[in-house]
Amino acid sequence: MAVKEEQQFKELLAKGTSLGKVDQDLMRETIKTQDLWINMGPQHPSTHGVLRLILSLQGERIVDTEVVIGYLHRGTEKLAEARTYHQIIPLTDRLDYLASPNMNFGYVLAVEKLMGIEVPERAEYIRVLMAELGRISSHLLWLATHALDIGAMTVFLYCFREREMILDLFEMATGGRLTTTYYRIGGVAYDLPEGFLDKVEEFCEIFPSRVKDYDDLLYANRIWLSRTVNIAKIDAETAIALGLSGPSLRGSGVNWDLRRNQPYSVYDKLDFEVAVFDGCDVYARYLVRRKEMLESCKIVKQCVEYLKKTEGPVMAKVPKVIKPPAGEVYMATEAPKGELGYYIVSDGSTKPYRLKIRTPSFANLMSLPEMCKGHLVADVIAAIGSIDIVLGEVDR
Amino acid sequence: MWHDIGLALLRIIVVFAVALLFVAYLTYLERKVIGHMQVRMGPMRVGPHGLLQPIADGLKLFFKEDIVPYESYKLTFYFAPLLCLVCALILFAVVPIDRNFMITRLNIGLLYILSIASVGVMGIILAGWASGSKYSLLGGLRSAAQMFSYEIFLGFSLIGPLMIAGSLDLVKIVEAQKVPLIVYQPVAFVIYLIAALGEINRTPFDLPEAESELVAGFHTEYSGMKFAYFFLAEYANLLIVSAIATIVFLAGWKGPILPGWMWFLIKMFIFVYFFIWVRATFPRYRYDQFMRIGWKIMLPVVLANIVVTGIVMMLV
Repeated sequence: MAVKEEQQFKELLAKGTSLGKVDQDLMRETIKTQDLWINMGPQHPSTHGVLRLILSLQGERIVDTEVVIGYLHRGTEKLAEARTYHQIIPLTDRLDYLASPNMNFGYVLAVEKLMGIEVPERAEYIRVLMAELGRISSHLLWLATHALDIGAMTVFLYCFREREMILDLFEMATGGRLTTTYYRIGGVAYDLPEGFLDKVEEFCEIFPSRVKDYDDLLYANRIWLSRTVNIAKIDAETAIALGLSGPSLRGSGVNWDLRRNQPYSVYDKLDFEVAVFDGCDVYARYLVRRKEMLESCKIVKQCVEYLKKTEGPVMAKVPKVIKPPAGEVYMATEAPKGELGYYIVSDGSTKPYRLKIRTPSFANLMSLPEMCKGHLVADVIAAIGSIDIVLGEVDR
Repeated sequence: MWHDIGLALLRIIVVFAVALLFVAYLTYLERKVIGHMQVRMGPMRVGPHGLLQPIADGLKLFFKEDIVPYESYKLTFYFAPLLCLVCALILFAVVPIDRNFMITRLNIGLLYILSIASVGVMGIILAGWASGSKYSLLGGLRSAAQMFSYEIFLGFSLIGPLMIAGSLDLVKIVEAQKVPLIVYQPVAFVIYLIAALGEINRTPFDLPEAESELVAGFHTEYSGMKFAYFFLAEYANLLIVSAIATIVFLAGWKGPILPGWMWFLIKMFIFVYFFIWVRATFPRYRYDQFMRIGWKIMLPVVLANIVVTGIVMMLV
């Protein structure tokens, strides 16, 4: 290409000198306008961590988006190969550090599936309870940062107020606020502390009214609507083709939730609605997560009800040294961000031969270029926010 | 003669000292008000209830390293923040705080304010261009389009009231108001408020410095005192915009019982509070939507307002 252009340029020069004037057509071909390249990130306030985007712009309109990842790579999968099965649980905390219970959950379920362990029902309910609290806290953080990106500052602090309540609950039950490491293969580390369930109930009472607070600021706000409706559209077919999952997929009208479609743990005994909206845009994804928070709150209530009534062990009879039989297993769960899959290959030893993690954020992020095409720079921010990524999960 | 000069100097010193103090404490006020709206405390550490925070901020910025990007156009880079601040501050010269208290009385006071304010915009454009950074350039370009167009609506929204008041002299405008002009000119008032938000770059129209998109827009590359100049200029503009609203629409210093200057300050701070409140409530418009609102909605409305005002004045 460059060689050809150079040749043309020489021709142009030759013509110019010989004829004394410039050939307009040739001129147009040779002298080109170039798109403006902008490097967004890794240090940028709204790329939610260390995501880097290379945007080609014409004016402020996006021609192309290139996603550059890897700034938070910690080699989790490789590390796991040198750890025993229980030692891997803290590693999973650090994938999606905004919803660590959910990350633990998928992993322990995978190992249990591989070993065929029956988990006591009480433990399962505790796990679901924690996972749903994790989902609420993850969605709260999403709403907070998403709204902040679009300029609504107050929603940010309101959401953090409620997230703080959940983190306090985590701290009470597990000792950790962010990286809880509460789940064990065969159950949970210990039973819930006294008074915990009352506090959870209290939270469930307050929470819907707090969601109303956010709605007052966003739900029918004209500015919010004009910033989100018909922005970053992705139709159901493309979404599936790109491997989109979780709330982002349900925002494109695909009724697919692993908690209901492939029920694991005790989700089949719980009553909840799957939030599906078919706007395909940023606003639809907002609606999905907004409803999911309320639905999760419902699930939490049901778990509390069950846990208050029953007593029992929270840990199955599991050998001290976990040695799954040789073989492989894939276990997919519905994490707050989408389908979280753990693929374990065991050679019968105390350490996995290979652990492959299918993280939702990674797959979801790949739909970003498709979403941004033809939009403005400001919409890229809205789009990144709407697919809700966590870089810890993208890079692993 | 010396007596006159001395008096003028005294007025200048008083007005500017008070104005600068107000501007500094406006940042404190904003942080406190927004803090309480967002269920947090705002500054609390420096002094009782953080009252010395603005001074601490000023000192900190004063001692910061002055970073000048390699790619920048040095002279313009230094000049732009100064232009911004100077233009913002000299506006205070014609603001009548009371019937007799102002630095100077211009018979074209309002025109003076509008024209100097548009020179101030140049500072922002120059800053964006001189920084030699793409983000700053985008921010500067945005503000060029935004502020120029919103100045038009701002100017037009003031024409209706001016027709009724019959003068560009700020003192005469106030004295012409038996009833605050907001009663006769509600449409112009609303348009003025919206245009003012656009003019001073505040949420929901804070596009030139949309921190989530353009990092900090035109002042991304500025640090230390140069940044402080922009900051002060922004808040000074906020005060000026509120002051004009007070003078033109709320009858300035007029009011029962309390002295005039106090009424003036009360009315002005109602507007300041309103602008802060708006910032805590709304998300940000996108650039193109913002321009569309301006040219397709606000301009026709404000022109219609002028026509209707004219017709009514002819008939009455």
